[in-house]
Amino acid sequence: MRVGVVTFPGSLDDEDARRAVRIGGHEAVALWHGDHDLQGVDAVILPGGFSYGDYLRCGAISRFAPVMTEVVAAAGRGMPVLGICNGFQILCESHLLPGALIRNDHRKFVCKDQKLRIENTRTPWTSAYDEGAEVTIVLKNGEGGYVADADTLDRLEGEGRVLARYLDGNPNGSMRDIAGITNERGNVVGLMPHPEHAVEALTGAGTDGLGFFQSFGAAIAG
Amino acid sequence: MARYVVDVMPKPEILDPQGKAVLGALPRLGFDGVLDVRQGKRFEVEVDGDASEETLAEVRKMAETLLSNPVIEDYSVSEHQP
Repeated sequence: MRVGVVTFPGSLDDEDARRAVRIGGHEAVALWHGDHDLQGVDAVILPGGFSYGDYLRCGAISRFAPVMTEVVAAAGRGMPVLGICNGFQILCESHLLPGALIRNDHRKFVCKDQKLRIENTRTPWTSAYDEGAEVTIVLKNGEGGYVADADTLDRLEGEGRVLARYLDGNPNGSMRDIAGITNERGNVVGLMPHPEHAVEALTGAGTDGLGFFQSFGAAIAG
Repeated sequence: MARYVVDVMPKPEILDPQGKAVLGALPRLGFDGVLDVRQGKRFEVEVDGDASEETLAEVRKMAETLLSNPVIEDYSVSEHQP
C-alpha cells in the first residue's frame, strides 16, 4: 500500500505520520500542498500541526490548497483519508466531515496521554481494533473542541459514525466527548488525538496508535 | 471602488472561549456590571467598481465561502460608511 502524507506550510507531524506508515508496514509517499497531484497513492493522511498560519480559522485556508481539490475528489471515489488534529480541522472545513472544531473550552493548550474508546471499527483506518477497545494516544491541541448541531450529533451517533470518544474526562469541551468521526461512507476519518505519536514504546505512551496505520491494509486486502 | 464590511460572529449556541476570557478580565480591571462578551471578526473588503447588488452578492459569497464557517458562525454584510 502506498500512503500519501500531505505537507502544508506549518505541518508538524508529517514526518511522524510517514514514519508511522512505514512502521505499519506500508510505503509512505510525501505529498505537497501546492501540487495538484496525489502521485497515485492508495490512501491519504492530512497530518497535525498547523497550516497556512491557521489564519481566519484552523484549516480554512488549507481547504483551498491545490492538493485538497485532489483529496476531495479522491475521497468522493472512496479513497481512505485520515485527518489528524489540524487534518481533522481541514476535513471539517472542506465539508468532507460534518461539524467544526473550536478553541478548547478551558482556553489552554492540552498535551497529554489521553484514554479513548474506539467505537467504530468498520472504517479502513480502525479495522485493526476491537470494537470498544480502550486505547491511550497522545492528545495535543488548542482548538480541539468538536461542535455540531444537535441533529448532526444525533445522526452521527445513530449511524455509528462516532469513531472514538474521550474517556476519563473531557479534555477540550468536545460535544458528547467526541474525539473522532467518520463520513457516511466510512472512508474519511477525522481524529483529534495523534496515533502517529503512539507507534513505538521508546518514544510514546505505548503503541496503541499503530492500528490506524495497519488497519487499511487489512481492510483492503480483506 | 466600493467598500463592504463583513461582520462574523460565533453563533449564539456556540461556546466562545475568547469572549469568555475577555468577560473574565473586565471585572478585574474595575469594569463592573458586564453581563456577557462575544468576540467576532470584522473584515473590510474593497472591490473594484461601484457598489451594486452584484458586488454585494459577490461579497456575500466570499463571506459564505471563506470568511465565515456557517457551521459555527453567522455573518452580515453592509456597505462601508466612511
